[in-house]
Amino acid sequence: MKDSTDSNLKLIVFGIAGLIVLAILSMAIGKYAVSPSTILAVLLSGITGDTSGIDPIQSTVIWNVRLPRVAAGLLIGASLAAAGATYQGLFRNPLVSPDILGVSAGASLGAVLAIFLEMPVPVIQASSFCGGLLAVGAVYGVGAAVRNRDPVLTLVLAGVAIGAVVGAGISLIKILADPYDQLPAITYWLLGSLTAVTRGDVGSILPAVLIGFIPLILLRWRMNVMTLGDEEAQTLGVDTRITRSALIAGATLITAASVSIAGIVGWIGLVIPHIARLLVGPDFRKLLPASIMLGGGYMLVVDTLARSIARIEIPLGILTAVVGAPFFLWLLASGRKGWS
Amino acid sequence: MRLDLQNIGFGYGARTVGSGVTLTVGEGEVLALLGPNGAGKTTLFKTMLGLLPPKEGEVRLDGVPLAGLSRTERARMIAYVPQAHAALFPFTVRDVVLMGRAARLAPFAAPAKRDREIASQALDRLGMAHLATRPYTEISGGERQMALIARALAQEPKILVMDEPSASLDYGNQMRVLSHIRRLAVEGISVILSTHNPDHVFMVADRVALLHDGALAALGRPNDVLTSERLKQLYDIDVVIGVLPGSDTLVCSPRLNLGEV
Repeated sequence: MKDSTDSNLKLIVFGIAGLIVLAILSMAIGKYAVSPSTILAVLLSGITGDTSGIDPIQSTVIWNVRLPRVAAGLLIGASLAAAGATYQGLFRNPLVSPDILGVSAGASLGAVLAIFLEMPVPVIQASSFCGGLLAVGAVYGVGAAVRNRDPVLTLVLAGVAIGAVVGAGISLIKILADPYDQLPAITYWLLGSLTAVTRGDVGSILPAVLIGFIPLILLRWRMNVMTLGDEEAQTLGVDTRITRSALIAGATLITAASVSIAGIVGWIGLVIPHIARLLVGPDFRKLLPASIMLGGGYMLVVDTLARSIARIEIPLGILTAVVGAPFFLWLLASGRKGWS
Repeated sequence: MRLDLQNIGFGYGARTVGSGVTLTVGEGEVLALLGPNGAGKTTLFKTMLGLLPPKEGEVRLDGVPLAGLSRTERARMIAYVPQAHAALFPFTVRDVVLMGRAARLAPFAAPAKRDREIASQALDRLGMAHLATRPYTEISGGERQMALIARALAQEPKILVMDEPSASLDYGNQMRVLSHIRRLAVEGISVILSTHNPDHVFMVADRVALLHDGALAALGRPNDVLTSERLKQLYDIDVVIGVLPGSDTLVCSPRLNLGEV
């Protein structure tokens, strides 16, 4: 019998090595080019404290601009993909994305409202984060209040309904917003970007992301049982209500945190879990690390493209869709395993 | 282990499907539940498994009320074998069977070596070892049914509840599943199964319960309960029941109704 923990470890080691190479490449690329060896020297100086022979401009670019951006890209890509994998399993639907319970819609409304009220950036982020959690909280509240129906179906339908109301709110604010100043900011936010991300932003979402990952990691095997559906999982001895709540809470927390600093970045949460499933199969013990690493890597590549292929920065939402949609269609047409 | 249903009323939400069901399944006994479509078999099963609370009465395991037990405690005693279904994600057969260990593991634990051994034994027992690494989504309906029985065995239950275990299987696989059911009963596992085939009841069941419009129409040994009259009442068809030369169980031969032309 093949030892699954062994192959899992190999996967993680290879993945992390790949991500480190990608991260260094991404830091090297940009309008102000820095060679990979310089990057290594600068990063090393941060650890040793020895700054001799290091150009302070290069040091500033790497520490204050490139590194936070790369870290944010990894964190957000990993979060969205992990949340997508969780939601797809929980809702037993491969077409589900982390937006299913209205987290993105709620976060958008929160951000858009704060932009409309001319709040500073930290307030926009906080408002977005809270909006995402509130929307899912409302959906979950409706789901809990409705008894004697399939709880999963109720949640999905409540998500659709509350998403529609929230969407109406966003549209209303867009109409009321100042078309020269606020509306572009709103539109740009809704398409997602890491342009303005700072070290402080990464630090502020890190706790929420780490906490959110805890239930996903702890329940990584139970998650498999949850994909059988509510009744079957119950007959196998799983308390589905508690398990589902914990998993939804975790996935929602990491999604809301990501969206709050990056805006809406579509497609990663939908497509990456599929690719991960093709590579390692549906066992969540492997699917979770594979999704995390592929999501982080994909986001890094897309963000590097976003800031380097054109004179202006291209919003992430546009690029992830342009790259992700053809791939998704190919996946659909090729009828690969893991789709079913 | 003994399963008691005492004056059970069952249904969904506000809707009552049946009432007044009292029956006992003893250790190592096979009880067949026979009834027309819509008689309430599935709802009664869900009530037995604790998925639906009874509207009235009580389900007991060796005298202990089911309602007072946690999901995990219940799953250690009663395992459910659903009808072979199409799974969404391509888990391997071994992974599917391993899921039967959920009730034996702490919430945050993953299966260990011992759990994998138990899963392998369950697959061996059903002659499924060669399919262990195949995706569950790519095996036949009969093989899926066997995999689900193996999963239930990996649960190490005292009672098996099987929803039409022979439906959707070919002739040979039907008999193989029935043979396994008989063997499990000999080992002391109680089995409650629903079926639409009275022949299977004669072959495998110690007792049979006829469910009609949500109430027990009869309960007893198959040879006593399953008569032409009862089957006529239940299904509104004419059935001849007898023993074929060389066979030792009763068989049913239903007649086609071609109408009065």
